[in-house]
Amino acid sequence: MRYWSLLFALAAIISVGIFAYAPISPEWWLPAGPNVSAGHLHSVSSAGKQIDSLFVIILLITGIVFIGTQVALVYATYFFVDKGPNGRKASYFHGSQRLEVIWTIIPAAILVFIALYQMGTWASVKFRSAAPKVQPLAQVTARQFQWVIRYPGEDGKLETKDDLFMVNDLHFVKGKQALIYLKSSDVLHSFFLPALRIKQDAVPGLTIPVWFDTDQAGHYELVCAELCGWGHYKMRGNVTVHETQEEFDQWLQSALKEQSRDQVAAVVTGSQGR
Amino acid sequence: MSNEHAANGHGHADPHAHGADHGHGHDDHIHPAPTNPLFKYVFSTDHKVIGIQFLFSGLIFFVVGGLLAMAIRWQLAWPWKPMPFMARFMPSWAENGYLMPPEWYNKLFTMHGSVMIFFVIIPLLTGAFGNFLIPLMIGARDMAFPKLNMFSYWFMPPAMIAMANAFMVPGGAPESGWTSYPTLSNSFTSTPGSYEAQTWWLISLLFAGVSSLMGSINYITTIIMLRAPGMKLFRMPMTVWALFITAILQAFALPVLTSALVMQLLDRVAGTNFFSPAGWVVANGPAVVGGGLPLLWQHLFWFYSHPAVYIMILPGMGMVSDIIATFSRKPLFGYKPMVFAIAGIAGLGFIVWGHHMFQSGMNPALGATFMLSTMMIALPSAIKVFNWLGTMWGGRLQFTSSMLNAISFVAMFIIGGLSGIFMAATPVDMHIHDTYFIVAHIHYVLFGGSTFAIFAAIIFWFPKMFGRMMNEPLGKLHFLLTFIFFNGTFFLMHIIGMHGHPRRIADPTVYEYLRGTGTMGLNQFMTLSAFGLGLSQLIFAFNFLYSIFAGPKAPANPWHANSLEWVATDSPPPYFNFEKIPTVYHAPYEYSVPGMENDYVPQTQPLPEPTAHTVVEKA
Ligand code: HEM
Ligand SMILES: [Cu+2]
Ligand SMILES: [Cu+2]
Repeated sequence: MRYWSLLFALAAIISVGIFAYAPISPEWWLPAGPNVSAGHLHSVSSAGKQIDSLFVIILLITGIVFIGTQVALVYATYFFVDKGPNGRKASYFHGSQRLEVIWTIIPAAILVFIALYQMGTWASVKFRSAAPKVQPLAQVTARQFQWVIRYPGEDGKLETKDDLFMVNDLHFVKGKQALIYLKSSDVLHSFFLPALRIKQDAVPGLTIPVWFDTDQAGHYELVCAELCGWGHYKMRGNVTVHETQEEFDQWLQSALKEQSRDQVAAVVTGSQGR
Repeated sequence: MSNEHAANGHGHADPHAHGADHGHGHDDHIHPAPTNPLFKYVFSTDHKVIGIQFLFSGLIFFVVGGLLAMAIRWQLAWPWKPMPFMARFMPSWAENGYLMPPEWYNKLFTMHGSVMIFFVIIPLLTGAFGNFLIPLMIGARDMAFPKLNMFSYWFMPPAMIAMANAFMVPGGAPESGWTSYPTLSNSFTSTPGSYEAQTWWLISLLFAGVSSLMGSINYITTIIMLRAPGMKLFRMPMTVWALFITAILQAFALPVLTSALVMQLLDRVAGTNFFSPAGWVVANGPAVVGGGLPLLWQHLFWFYSHPAVYIMILPGMGMVSDIIATFSRKPLFGYKPMVFAIAGIAGLGFIVWGHHMFQSGMNPALGATFMLSTMMIALPSAIKVFNWLGTMWGGRLQFTSSMLNAISFVAMFIIGGLSGIFMAATPVDMHIHDTYFIVAHIHYVLFGGSTFAIFAAIIFWFPKMFGRMMNEPLGKLHFLLTFIFFNGTFFLMHIIGMHGHPRRIADPTVYEYLRGTGTMGLNQFMTLSAFGLGLSQLIFAFNFLYSIFAGPKAPANPWHANSLEWVATDSPPPYFNFEKIPTVYHAPYEYSVPGMENDYVPQTQPLPEPTAHTVVEKA
């Protein structure tokens, strides 16, 4: 009968094993930047680095708690099993005030520690007061099922006549804070950059600033993370991070020239995405 | 035994029976049982029959919800591959080569979530076990309001019919998830499922909500008013405590959900604009006047639905506490701290709803306060886990299939609780919100937790419900397979979730970072486990149905437990439950009392003097 405890032991061991293996495998861990070999353990954005280290700290703390409780559970189910009428009797006690106090205060302290420890990161990635004081990179309007991205044109200002409209194509520069204004023109969507750990819902009627950066140039993916209708699964955007500002400017110039702006602009300015 | 009558009052009691000889219960008159089968089995006011009605309808919908889940898993592992069997049922898919249309995927998970939460877990825990157990465990002849109780069940069929009808209307089943966020849900043009089916979804939940509300009012009143003599509040079994606090949660949270549902219904059918911004247009539909706020729905919805997730776990916690104590042959460790922990969870449960909205556009400073309260709610959960371990420690564990399910409730709830801490940390939640990490969390608490508790409880109370025992070897086999396949299905969701696999997407291969064999291989592995999990339930279904008719006859107290339903009445109990209302002398956890011949002391039997003394001091 006591061998049932081995089932619980096995489940716990496999669980720990999976999380021990995860960091070795890029596909099992937090998503890496385009250049995976450069140590995929850490995100390529400054917010992401903080988030990853928080994740790891919480993983370690919860891992210890997990192992401790599972060991206790397996121990109890192995050693305190009923051994028939001639076995030992169960001990008779109703609890222990001392233990209750101990196992209330210690977890409370740990939880408060986690709570306070992560507050700074949260403030720096989301509080509006922490938004970088830079020219906005673009206005991103989510609609079923695409990302309409409006960059300032020659004049460097948004909402002017020379703006550049792109669909599902986000560009910014390595090592620089990019600030976008996020909107929706129909239903909820969510702007999710997995490699940068950035996520923000796009809400009908609200304009929400979102900022991010990365230290690796290359191609990334933009994901819609909030259910937005039948085509939600394919609401994917391309993200290109340019090595230098010059490279970005060049891209912007050529895109401005090329843009079949009248078509796209008509769609967007005609809707609520302004 | 000074204040036996402290909190007692019995509905059917003769006033003078209360006086001198309270030790022998009440001399109350009992209505004869109805003989017309229509009133005996269908429109019954007997809480036991109503409980079993909830049990059957819950289990039937469990099958429906489970099949929907299989279809979801098929699509995730092999996107757009023709689904086995489905071609026959879906003639309209012919033009597509019998591939699932993309909106169908959204219909599947919407209905899966809605059915499992509103028609399976909540009705099973509160409807089935709440009804069946509360009067029996507190020594009452029935609920305080038997007719209201009957109505609470009969409000469910309209809910079920409305939900089933949602599949049939033009546009097909709803597609906005069990959370139904506007403006996807309140505009007709946003997606096919919002064309008409969403209205039926709302109507369905309104009925289900009213049903729950009637139930909870009944439970609260019954527990306050109808306890047997001597059944002081702190002598009630944990199951009753948990159901009591759950009922209070429901009574306070449901009105908010009801208002939200009515508001969305009005948005859809009466042209109000609670949730749409000014002049709003969705997918070339007609413009609405607007002036509303999409986030308002999320606040109202989660103000109910966060307490609701505790409605879905607290009764499980209560039942598991009783089952673990019984099969450890040992007093429950920390009875009062356990009660306070439940109360703490319930109280805090009302101020954490914002943790579902960290990334929603709600003021991030508000998010920080919700983060703090959410961290704190993990504390009572932890306390409960420690107390369960303390209960087993030093016991004489009997691994019945019921106990195995109860232990795995503890083991799996630990995982679900710990993953909650990741999501409570707002910056980490930024990455894992709306990914499979959340799906893993949900299923560790709701399947690993609540569903294992339901299995444990069904096996445990089956003898009381049907007068027969379930088969133990089959029960163990079912447990073994369910435990293995459950973990195989859901544990790896943590991994793909932290890798950024979004939830609610029909085809992960759209994204490059999910296309590799690492992620898709895991998806396929999880799908195969899920099929195994589904098939394993056939064992349970067989065991359940076979045992109802052919299981060995159950004695009154097969588990040698202490609480009233075992020690004061037969299996199954007669109409109106007790020959005589029993008198209660202590909490139901007096197992292995030193110096006694039996290793259990029924609640109806006074403790030997010296022990009674120490128990009182400790309590
Ligand atoms: C230890 C205590 C717990 C903590 C700290 C916790 C925390 C959280 C958080 C922060 C979220 C939101 C995550 C997100 O969407 O980004 C969440 C989601 C959820 N939790 Fe928990 N949770 C706990 C226990 C439970 C329990 C006991 C249940 C149910 C029995 C539960 C059921 C759910 C469900 C169903 C969702 C997902 C809702 C949805 O978006 O569809 N949680 N939890
Ligand atoms: Cu989307
Ligand atoms: Cu919640």
